[in-house]
Amino acid sequence: MANLTSNFIGIKSPNPFWLASAPPTDKKYNVERAFEAGWGGVVWKTLGSEGPPVVNVSGPRYGAIWGADRRLLGLNNIELITDRPLEVNLQEIKEVKRKWRDRALIISLMVPCDEDSWKDILNRIEDTEADGVELNFGCPHGMAERGMGSAVGQVPEYIEMVTRWVKKHSRMPCIVKLTPNITDVRKPAEAAKRGGADAVSLINTINSITSVNLDDFSPEPMIDGKGTHGGYCGPAVKPIALNMVAEIARSAETRGLPISGIGGVTTWRDAAEFMALGAGNVQVCTAAMTYGFKVVQEMISGLSEYMDSKGMTSTADLVGRAVPNVTDWQFLNLNYVTKAQIDPDACIKCGRCYAACEDTSHQAIAMSPDRVFSVKDDECVACNLCVNVCPVDNCITMRTLPKGAVDERTGRKVGDYANWTTHPNNPSVKAAE
Amino acid sequence: MTNSPLTPGVVPGRLPAQAYHDNFTDHEPPLDGHEARVAADRCYFCHDAPCMTACPTSIDIPLFIRQIATGTPEAAAKTIFAQNILGGMCARVCPTETLCEEVCVREVAEGKPVEIGRLQRFATDTLMAKGVHPFTRAKATGKTVAVVGAGPAGLSAAHRLAMKGHDVVVFDARPKAGGLNEFGLAAYKTTGGFAQREVDWLLQIGGIRIETGRALGRDLSLAELQKQYDAVFLSIGLAGVNALRAPGEEMAHVRPAVDFIAELRQSADLSSLPVGRDVVVIGGGMTAVDAAVQSRLLGAETVTIVYRRGQEKMAASGYEQDHATSAGVRIVTHAAPVAVLASGEVEFAYTADTPDGLKQTGETFRLKADQVLKAIGQTLTGVPEGLALTSGKIAVDAAGRTSLKGVWAGGDCAAGGEDLTVTAVAQGRDAAEDIHAALVGA
Ligand SMILES: Cc1cc2nc3c(=O)[nH]c(=O)nc-3n(C[C@H](O)[C@H](O)[C@H](O)COP(=O)(O)OP(=O)(O)OC[C@H]3O[C@@H](n4cnc5c(N)ncnc54)[C@H](O)[C@@H]3O)c2cc1C
Ligand SMILES: Cc1cc2nc3c(=O)[nH]c(=O)nc-3n(C[C@H](O)[C@H](O)[C@H](O)COP(=O)(O)O)c2cc1C
Ligand code: SF4
Repeated sequence: MANLTSNFIGIKSPNPFWLASAPPTDKKYNVERAFEAGWGGVVWKTLGSEGPPVVNVSGPRYGAIWGADRRLLGLNNIELITDRPLEVNLQEIKEVKRKWRDRALIISLMVPCDEDSWKDILNRIEDTEADGVELNFGCPHGMAERGMGSAVGQVPEYIEMVTRWVKKHSRMPCIVKLTPNITDVRKPAEAAKRGGADAVSLINTINSITSVNLDDFSPEPMIDGKGTHGGYCGPAVKPIALNMVAEIARSAETRGLPISGIGGVTTWRDAAEFMALGAGNVQVCTAAMTYGFKVVQEMISGLSEYMDSKGMTSTADLVGRAVPNVTDWQFLNLNYVTKAQIDPDACIKCGRCYAACEDTSHQAIAMSPDRVFSVKDDECVACNLCVNVCPVDNCITMRTLPKGAVDERTGRKVGDYANWTTHPNNPSVKAAE
Repeated sequence: MTNSPLTPGVVPGRLPAQAYHDNFTDHEPPLDGHEARVAADRCYFCHDAPCMTACPTSIDIPLFIRQIATGTPEAAAKTIFAQNILGGMCARVCPTETLCEEVCVREVAEGKPVEIGRLQRFATDTLMAKGVHPFTRAKATGKTVAVVGAGPAGLSAAHRLAMKGHDVVVFDARPKAGGLNEFGLAAYKTTGGFAQREVDWLLQIGGIRIETGRALGRDLSLAELQKQYDAVFLSIGLAGVNALRAPGEEMAHVRPAVDFIAELRQSADLSSLPVGRDVVVIGGGMTAVDAAVQSRLLGAETVTIVYRRGQEKMAASGYEQDHATSAGVRIVTHAAPVAVLASGEVEFAYTADTPDGLKQTGETFRLKADQVLKAIGQTLTGVPEGLALTSGKIAVDAAGRTSLKGVWAGGDCAAGGEDLTVTAVAQGRDAAEDIHAALVGA
């Protein structure tokens, strides 16, 4: 069986599955049960400064969107950082780390944006024996109104400054957790790197309103007739998170900066995808909040089965494997031609492909009176919509035309690689001539 | 073919050749990949799942279904086999409608449970088709264990013991291993020689020797086994059958249903198997249903199950009863046999539940029967001297220990639990764990 042990910036854990800083990692009770279930590590729920802890709302703090069968797809929250006393958290962290030496335990921190506050909190956590710190520059609600969380994470100069303070006042490995509520995620990542961060983790939650109560006319979750934007997470955010991870992994400025991938990891496959795009490990919150700690067992068995099937013996074999293949649109091969093809044996005759193509695509699917569906090669632009709407796995697939074959739609032969930068329709090509 | 369903007497070849093939194929065909995905997607991944509690072997059902749903059926199979090494057979024969699927929250919510049994088969078939055995043996302990009876209880115990590093010899009186997996279960539940394939696959663990044709009481004695081995596990099932205690029972056309089924399971050519035109099966359990349904599938014109109490008391589940009636079997309840008559009929008396128990009402009726199959329960026979019994079975504690030191028992021959394949597997496994603890002093 593949070896899943993970070494992330010197922090070892038996597998690359960590719980993200959030309710699942809020206290000793949870964390120990998570470790018993098999989680490789945890990032403890974010600690604040000494003094009276923050206060949470006492009404609903989560909103959600669902897929068919009420499968939870996206979760949003208006929870703040830990609302338990600092002393209690520190004591518990120490106890847990003593008992679970082989697991990773990272402390997430968020304190006001001045050097003394950071120096102070770093001193306070010094003797917990935790493996590292994660700077929460991500929380998009509540704490941001107080100049912390994403209010820091949206200003690269602040990120760099605070990271520098942390590296100055602590020897612990430092992970900077990034907010996705920005336009270009590379900027905060570069700032973290300049400040001396050992790694970045992303994404924290995305600003969102999940739904509106149409009787009371307030966003949900509703607190006494009012609502506020919250942080969005869960399967729905995975595509956004994957792109942000990939952008950092392939950017010349940040290439090689270790990444802890977060955002919608729900199955082993999601985790493998994050890792292929450059994440050294993954963190999970919503999947654990939806299904309980046991989900990690499927992640472990699934990832090792996958790695075995690929002949990969360590997670290092997987990390970053897809990065070289992430490119800009302008470099995609415009002479690559595929056609959809429908397997009549697998087809259950639902007709979804027909409706999709006929109404919204290129009228390239024919339907016979006895509901046999076939692709018209002279119309198919290979958009993939039929593949995506078909309920049967692998029923509709893309067939790649070999070089020299004629594309019946254009009447042209499939040629060699050529991209937009040299395409005759590109105005800038002409301009350069 | 000269015979037909209408040919009088007990004769073979009542059907055209193709019909035997069609009738005895998989009762529930395996799921293909797409069907498995769709079925798996319905699971809610319940916490502390009721299905898991209902499974006598406590398979982590939500986990294995999630593993199927995420495209890793082999990992799913390992989850199953870790708890139940005969998970492949159980997937085929467990009465899931009274076990895991009965308590599935979707059964409760919609009357349509997640198809746990079929998903289990999908996962286990996938792994077994690769010939992969997912377990290896621990370091040899130098201890030896004798297992008597190579049915599900014995095989499960032997596997767990071998895995723990002990050397195991399994003795069985019959010429083949498997117990009722090989000689009992309905043919259409376990097609294609699956029982023997499963035994072979299980033995890949190593450290298990099977000696067939060796009967306790005839070729072996418990005292000798105790002397020669560090521990003994008894899993001899129920080798005897209950008598009707009605005159005429000794006639040649009256026989135990289990013998009829065993002959059927061993037959290489079902068209050569004789079956009556009018078959009467007496009893109300799984054996009665299996004998009746298979008589129909062999071409009997009429098959009637006669049970002495009400339908709700029948040990066969509602699902099985439906299966019987849809196969054309008639079920008559509240009637007890009075005599098997030389005229080729059986006389029954109607019964009624009274405060003093079941009473015959005095009214009688007759059914035509050129074949009568008795399925009114199996009994324990050949128990070695010195073992304490309780209600006709070997008395055991929760870990399978008998009244004799160094002797454990499990499966149908031991008291406690339902007489099911899966229960036998659980008891064999648990006894093995206890034997291991006793042998290594843990
Ligand atoms: C017709 C029929 C249909 C059934 N259908 C189902 C079903 O669909 N689903 C289900 O869950 N359960 C079913 N059962 C019940 C199930 O088969 C049993 O509960 C299960 O096989 C018990 O396992 P076991 O290992 O205890 O005994 P068995 O399977 O009976 O195995 C006992 C073994 O011990 C051997 N043996 C007996 N005496 C001696 C001796 N003196 N010396 C050496 N060896 C000996 C026998 O040859 C046999 O191989 C059915 C039973 C019958 C009879
Ligand atoms: C209720 C809730 C509270 C959270 N609190 C924190 C927090 O205190 N600190 C932090 O860094 N991230 C916090 N997060 C964000 C998560 O750590 C994680 O980045 C995000 O949920 C995306 O991962 P997911 O899709 O696996 O849930 C919280 C998320 C949720 C749902
Ligand atoms: S999960 Fe439900 S019961 Fe538990 S705290 Fe939240 S609202 Fe209350």
